[in-house]
Amino acid sequence: MPDKKEQGIKIGVFLCHCGSNIAGYLNMEELEEYTKGLPNVGFVQRNLYTCSETGINEIKQAIKSQDLERVVVASCTPRTHGPLFRSSCGEAGLNPYLFEMVNIRDQCSWVHMHDQEKATNKAKDLIRMGVAKAALLEPQEPIISEVTVRACVIGGGIAGMTTSLSLANRGFEVVIVEKEERLGGMLNQLNKIGPTMIDAQTLVDERVREVTEHPKITVFTKARVTLAQGFIGKYKIDIETETGVKKIDIGVIIVATGGRVFVPEGLYGYDGQRVITQLEMEGRLKNGFDKDVKNIVMIQCVGSRNEERPYCSRICCQTAVKNAILIKEQNPEVNVSILYRDMQMYGVENEGMFRDSKAKGVRYINYNPDRPPSVDSEKVDVYHSLLGREMSLPADLVVLSTPLIASEDVHEISHILRVSIDENGFLLEAHVKLRPIDFATDGIFLCGSGHFPANIREAVAQGLGAASRASIPLSKGSVVVEPIISVMVNEEACRGCGMCAALCPYGAIEILTNEKGRKAHVIDVACKGCGVCAATCYQHALSINSFTDQQIEAQIEAFLE
Amino acid sequence: MLDVGRHPNIDLLAYSEIEKVEGQAGDFTVTVRRKARFVDESKCTGCGACEGKCPTIVSDDFNEGLGTRKAIYAYFAQGIPSTRTIDADYCRQLNGKKCGICQKTCQADAIDFDQKDRIVELNVGAIICAAGYEVFDPSQIPEYRYQEIPNVVTAMEFERLLSASGPTGGHVDRPSDRAVESEIAEFEKKAKKSEKVVANFEKKYESNSAEFYEKFQSGQYKDDKDRVKWADKYSENLVIVESLEALKKKAETFATAKRLAFIQCVGSRDFRFYPFCSGYCCMHSIKEAIVANEHDTETTSTIFGMDIRAVGKGFEEYKIRGGNNSAISYTRSRVAEITEGQNSNPVVTYEDTRERKIKNQEFDMVILATACAPSAGIVDLSKLLGIELDDYNFIKTSPFSPVDCSIPGIFVCGCAGAPMDVPESVAQASSAAERAAETVFQYNFNKEKAVA
Repeated sequence: MPDKKEQGIKIGVFLCHCGSNIAGYLNMEELEEYTKGLPNVGFVQRNLYTCSETGINEIKQAIKSQDLERVVVASCTPRTHGPLFRSSCGEAGLNPYLFEMVNIRDQCSWVHMHDQEKATNKAKDLIRMGVAKAALLEPQEPIISEVTVRACVIGGGIAGMTTSLSLANRGFEVVIVEKEERLGGMLNQLNKIGPTMIDAQTLVDERVREVTEHPKITVFTKARVTLAQGFIGKYKIDIETETGVKKIDIGVIIVATGGRVFVPEGLYGYDGQRVITQLEMEGRLKNGFDKDVKNIVMIQCVGSRNEERPYCSRICCQTAVKNAILIKEQNPEVNVSILYRDMQMYGVENEGMFRDSKAKGVRYINYNPDRPPSVDSEKVDVYHSLLGREMSLPADLVVLSTPLIASEDVHEISHILRVSIDENGFLLEAHVKLRPIDFATDGIFLCGSGHFPANIREAVAQGLGAASRASIPLSKGSVVVEPIISVMVNEEACRGCGMCAALCPYGAIEILTNEKGRKAHVIDVACKGCGVCAATCYQHALSINSFTDQQIEAQIEAFLE
Repeated sequence: MLDVGRHPNIDLLAYSEIEKVEGQAGDFTVTVRRKARFVDESKCTGCGACEGKCPTIVSDDFNEGLGTRKAIYAYFAQGIPSTRTIDADYCRQLNGKKCGICQKTCQADAIDFDQKDRIVELNVGAIICAAGYEVFDPSQIPEYRYQEIPNVVTAMEFERLLSASGPTGGHVDRPSDRAVESEIAEFEKKAKKSEKVVANFEKKYESNSAEFYEKFQSGQYKDDKDRVKWADKYSENLVIVESLEALKKKAETFATAKRLAFIQCVGSRDFRFYPFCSGYCCMHSIKEAIVANEHDTETTSTIFGMDIRAVGKGFEEYKIRGGNNSAISYTRSRVAEITEGQNSNPVVTYEDTRERKIKNQEFDMVILATACAPSAGIVDLSKLLGIELDDYNFIKTSPFSPVDCSIPGIFVCGCAGAPMDVPESVAQASSAAERAAETVFQYNFNKEKAVA
């Protein structure tokens, strides 16, 4: 390791008082004197507020007048103020990555308010460590990568069509890849849409027409994506169609693959005739409904909220209630009973439908999953868990509300795009609350029931949302990446074991074979600089810019001095 | 929040209200009143030194009135912008009294008592209304006695009690106990003052109060006015000390709340108030019960609800996990009444609908999962914007264009449109951004076409 003192690098250190937040609890004069004596430190200045305009100007002036080669600011948290100081260094002509920040407020002056001496000593340690690291910082340049201004939407259901139309209306080219013969997805099989009871076919026909007529949208039906190589802004994808494989350059990908209805083979005597699914019921309502049917029993949570499929599929209760209302509207004489565990009629519209259905005479019977109903050739027997007795309900038709489950090709898609799926086979978003329509991998987004069962309103909202997220790189035309990323520092040492690639959460490492053999290769645009690869690499072939082993060792050594 | 505050393309006009909207999709003119903060945003660094010195204590809205803040304040610690604001209703200086301590304290010279409201005009292509919602006030429900029983709180109040940065540092201290503790603090102040008075007499007459008082009661010094005063003050002191001791003794038995009841659908699914389901409250209660149990593993919770609606991704699993690992039991019921039992413990009266029995159960604390009510200012705002509201005063949309308001170019996201949880709000925010971008793009596109 080079001797830090011999490097002769001139470091400027700025000590922030933060009004009295720091200066009220630390001995700033002592800190200043101490800092002046640290190796390579050629300039020290105290500021009332380093982040104020005055403070920033003082940094800029010092960089110029003192020929500072590194800047250290000892103040608050890099989370809020790091970017400001970094960019200020850049504005004064110093490479922004030759900046280091030390937090002597949040975890120092604030938490040790009652012990000035020890707190000041801790601040000295922290500053000494920051200075030791700063001496070894290397200049970095932001990485800029062009974006192919074209989106690929996988899945042409309501979510996929919404996202496509939205992007196309903003002038972006869109390619839709739909595995079926026709666009529209599950909407094609539906009858009416609650709570407005608009005809599903009308809606789907209108959307399909808009999509197919849109000059910016290209649709491939009976097609699937078989290969996707690259990263945000630069994907090369293969689309297998009936007329052969199409190779297309793409900037972003939106996964709108939807779900499918669980078919309850072997449950409650399901036969597709007298015992049918809610989706089959939609078909019967659509095509005119058998006049002889007088008694209908619907059973909720068939194949969901059990050990095998623990989740609640969100939309089955509202579907059952909607169909019950439609049956009652066609013929109020038909008895409709819904056997349920909890009626999941969340929100304003659903609860409204629920109320409406009760007014129309739909009967609700609570059953306990430990004593489920049983279906025979004429009736359904159920233990009414609120009345506390067995009931026998005559049933000409039994409708089973089965959950939406992940589409059959979700594993293939997950594999091709290197995106994650959850324990139920649904696509896994980047963050359940904060990034519900992004994948962890940049440049790939999701919407619709592939993520989790969604009704039309939710699928449309997510479709619009995914378009918004995807449009960011498309409208910028390029992506700028912080250069604090993983780099191959010793290719000789890399043995191509692939451990780094397997662990990288962002799909940012690939193993390529070159003249030297199998070697890890970092896709810099995709890398987030988390450091998992560098920590894993037992050959020390990979390193993270601005967090090199050498820099961190210097910090630790300084601490132990 | 931080990202919003720092984004080069976002102009954050906090503490501002819309006064007028004119124009149409692609070209709106919006008049905004920027309310006076009496703090110069360009100078304030958000250090908070002023807050430390401000002598005026005000009830803290952010902590649901369970804590206090100063007259110069930030609504909450991580708020963006971090610029402080002077509450003109309470500030001594602004109300003609002598103060100005914050001004003297502020080293950035940011305090400006002469600041006035400013009117700014914005030219924008689209408007997104994300005005949020209001927590339903449960005092309207007589049978839950929210006002009368101190240990009946709202879910939002409980959230603040559970928060590590909240008024109790995350310990579930019962409001009735906290009231006694603040009474003790009051009495301690009084006792200190009265002891000082008594001590002065002792010094003056160079004798012990107790001895003096004995003599006084046996009839001595009855004509000595000063000594009569001493006797008065001393007996007053005795009463204070006695009351203080009694309160302190009572406080010795205080413990954090361990038996919690959560009552669902308070104001929701209720024809007297809001017939709709607020959607998020079931999960909110489950979360609060899990967090309370994480904080203190002796905590048990009972959630009373008609249906427990755990419909989002991973929600049902979370609900079951809460039952298995966090001592939560789910009771199917609509609670009929809450009364106050021994020890300020609320007693919940309900029908267990699975056992078909009326039951009474005592808890340390009851949490009301209150409805998502439409935002208080939404009617005025909708008039300004010219947009339609639904039957309950949420902003009207259609299932097929879930973020479009009734006027083109104006969009809605979040609970201003309908009650919803965080993931749905976040997704909708992106949807509204998309529709706004589309609007601007189409407007510019048509304009260019017209020119060409």
